[in-house]
Amino acid sequence: MTTQHIELTVNGQVREADVEPRLLLVHLLRDVFEMTGTHIGCDTSNCGACTVLVDGESAKSCTMLAVSAEGRSIKTIEGMADGATLHALQQAFWDQHGLQCGFCTPGMIMQASWLLARNPDPTDMEIREGIAGNLCRCTGYVNIVKAIEQAATELRAPASTDAPAEPAAAS
Amino acid sequence: MTDMMSETGLLKETPQTTEAVGGMGYSVKRKEDPRFIRGQGEYIDDLVLPGMLWLDIVRSPYAHATIKGIDASEALKIPGVLAVITGADLEKAGLHWMPTLAGDKQMVLPTDTVMYQAQEVAAVVATSRYIAADGVAAVLVDYEPLPVIVDPFKSLEPDAFVLRPDRGPDKANNHIWHWESGDRAGTDTAMEAAEVRVSEDIYIPRIHVASIETCGCIADWNATRGQMTLHMTSQAPHAIRTVLALVSGLPEQNIRVKTHDIGGGFGGKVPVYPGYVLAVVASLTVGKPVKWIEDRSENLQADSFARDYHIHAELGATKAGKITALKVKTVADHGYTDAAADPSKFPAGLFNVITGSYDFDNAFVEVDGVYTNKPPGGVAYRCSFRVTEAVHAIERMVDILAHDIGKDPARLRMENFIQPDQFPYKTPTGWSYDSGDYPRALQKALDMIGYDDLRKEQLEKRAKGELMGIGISSFTEIVGAGPSHDFDILGIKMFDSCEIRVHPTGKVLARIGVQTQGQGHETTFAQIIAEELGFPVADIKIEYGDTDTAPYGLGTYASRSTPVAGAATAIAARKIRDKSRKIAAHLLEASEDDLEWTNGKFSVKGSPDKSKTIQEIAFAAYTNHPAGMEAGLEAVDYYDPPNLTCPFGSYICVVDIDRGTGQVTVRRFVAVDDCGNIINPMIVDGQIHGGLTMGFAPSLYEEISYDELGNNLAGTFMDYLLPTAVETPAWETGKTVTPSPHHPIGAKGVGESATVGAPPAINNAVVDALWHLGVRNIDIPLTPQKIWAILNEKGVTA
Ligand code: FES
Ligand code: FES
Repeated sequence: MTTQHIELTVNGQVREADVEPRLLLVHLLRDVFEMTGTHIGCDTSNCGACTVLVDGESAKSCTMLAVSAEGRSIKTIEGMADGATLHALQQAFWDQHGLQCGFCTPGMIMQASWLLARNPDPTDMEIREGIAGNLCRCTGYVNIVKAIEQAATELRAPASTDAPAEPAAAS
Repeated sequence: MTDMMSETGLLKETPQTTEAVGGMGYSVKRKEDPRFIRGQGEYIDDLVLPGMLWLDIVRSPYAHATIKGIDASEALKIPGVLAVITGADLEKAGLHWMPTLAGDKQMVLPTDTVMYQAQEVAAVVATSRYIAADGVAAVLVDYEPLPVIVDPFKSLEPDAFVLRPDRGPDKANNHIWHWESGDRAGTDTAMEAAEVRVSEDIYIPRIHVASIETCGCIADWNATRGQMTLHMTSQAPHAIRTVLALVSGLPEQNIRVKTHDIGGGFGGKVPVYPGYVLAVVASLTVGKPVKWIEDRSENLQADSFARDYHIHAELGATKAGKITALKVKTVADHGYTDAAADPSKFPAGLFNVITGSYDFDNAFVEVDGVYTNKPPGGVAYRCSFRVTEAVHAIERMVDILAHDIGKDPARLRMENFIQPDQFPYKTPTGWSYDSGDYPRALQKALDMIGYDDLRKEQLEKRAKGELMGIGISSFTEIVGAGPSHDFDILGIKMFDSCEIRVHPTGKVLARIGVQTQGQGHETTFAQIIAEELGFPVADIKIEYGDTDTAPYGLGTYASRSTPVAGAATAIAARKIRDKSRKIAAHLLEASEDDLEWTNGKFSVKGSPDKSKTIQEIAFAAYTNHPAGMEAGLEAVDYYDPPNLTCPFGSYICVVDIDRGTGQVTVRRFVAVDDCGNIINPMIVDGQIHGGLTMGFAPSLYEEISYDELGNNLAGTFMDYLLPTAVETPAWETGKTVTPSPHHPIGAKGVGESATVGAPPAINNAVVDALWHLGVRNIDIPLTPQKIWAILNEKGVTA
């Protein structure tokens, strides 16, 4: 089988691989790069367990070829925490009991991060619609919605005091 | 009942330990979560072993066909395809059939005939995931299609062809077993005498658990050591080890089953499926680790199915609505083999709990198991023992009775409930309910939802032609299998276990015989030990799912973890406390009788400053224990429950139905649950939210149906609709607490209650909305197509 050389950025690091053109992005991440936080829950693009960010857009990595990721920047669940410091969404999922078996959780968190980047103050229904492509069989979604609300509040709060204050007009 | 409970000290509505200790009653954040939220969980497909190969499965497109030949030559030409295993290969080792947990047998691979669509036909072993799939595509199988039976009633007809000739000439029909319970003659008499009789046919369709992680395993045979390690998605690893030893002939001490993290189970990961066995055979053959991971479509088409009960129920009552008799005849469609996971003596599970929450004397229930050309059914869907089917039938029947005699369904239930002072209550089919307060739970639900106002609103809406319905379900669950005199699986009694080791520095390692698939055992079992011994939850590590280290147990399903292993954990902890008392007496130079136990320490009665903490005692157990006493501080308990536990609840659902489209919207859903004393309120709420959603799903969306050729019509997530966050209602939950009098910590199971209780509330609400149009029953799922057709027939339009 012929292979193709690709170069992409994953969680800020440049990665290279020789891959079959048919290799799915999710298998590149899991089997080649050994980053197994991104999961697989279906074969019809319905469950969202495989959700990652591609150049900031949420994408189901089971539905994208690895070769299409050439030159792109991928963010996965492994890139969310800053060392020992959890991302606000990770912390909120823990605080609010937003997970049980944890299998949908990485996809949910990535999808929620995309949602909050676009809509920092979503309503309950906007959150529900924002994660409609991600199935959870354990939680009944109630606490996932609460977790995303908690993270949204946290992320909207002014930067903590040890960071230099930004002029209000910026961004 | 409740007052008695509080007098005996069994009722624990407020925490007894400090928050730092985190015993029962605290919403302790889960200890397992840090790895999951970072993507560092270790699920089966995350695991890669050195030299590992891949196995993929060739499956039948036909529901019934003769296999005329299998040509693997093209597949074997593909570089990287190492072997193709067929039924003929397995037959040489006698492994082409395997026993099921229900005492029937199931093909691992067929030698001549396939019995259902998507049945395993051959296995391809290859060096990678993709090459194994290429191999599957290249295996050529020559099939000759045979007639198909998908309807169990047709299967029972005298001229139906025999699906399972392997059962021998004595069993030349498709009837698997007959099972009955209760008093037939007494019930017939009472039914005859009843002033009012209502009867209905109720079908509970086949559904699928669809945990977001599918099934899979890695079999790792080490020929030099004679060791088989089976990493697998199993809810019952010890039982799997024993079955594997019996089937393969490998010595049991050389078999190790390890589960790792499991991405949801709901009962679907209890049985042994052919894929697991094929991986074991492949590893034994090639001497390398072999991984098998199901695709979602394979999962939805070949394993983990539930329900498929055709119920005919008849309820007798007085004109005033006092229930007097219940008679039920059911046909259970098991597919081509009975591979259900029920305890041996209960082929229809605990279906005879069908008298529900009501006090009457006469009941008779019979069930006939039947073969069809479908995959093995009746496994589980967050309830394996047929309680869901039973609760659905009784709660529907009670509602139909109420509507028929024109009595409010809440009032009819109140008037028929078993009363709190009647517990322990013996049912006419032989169960003993441990405790309950049904009126209190229903009243709480009525108050929470504002029932009277809703009924007024309904009348106003109906006058305007709007379709609104209110449905109630007051269910009794029965969980915690089970007492050894009645409960076993393949002869193994359904006890469960815990082993606790207290280390010298006062830190604890405990191992349990049950398994978690998301329930949070690493947290809740630590809380039980914290409650009993006063060690902070943070100092307690819980392990499970490795048969080399955990004590033997029957695993997690049927809401049995807390009732059985939770009890074992409390008892093991109490054994440690008993020994600690002796050590404390030695350290304090006091008599044991002079010591009292409070807040994690023993102190001398009357001189509270003379005390030893549990941590000091733990250190002394290794450094300064009394002469004549064994060193160390460990205990193990195998708990044989004296009875099952009966969680219960009352649910109320409000629906609005669109006249134009037939779309049902659940506007509100109040769930009041009582699962006895609560270990972790946050986790219990989470279990109820999840359970409600898995009750909602088959009520409105999910069904695995088959066409007459046996084609599965919902074999992918595009056709089998799991509810998303958009459809799922915002659940409103409430609690009452009625401890189990026989459980050491007064707890009951909770994982399945809501899945059992929710569907009839939704079904009742939808029928309630349409009753005035002459609608008596609609079987779930209540899809827009079904409702629209009814509205259309009744001349209702937008
Ligand atoms: S794995 Fe299900 S959507 Fe990608
Ligand atoms: S937590 Fe199990 S699927 Fe969402």
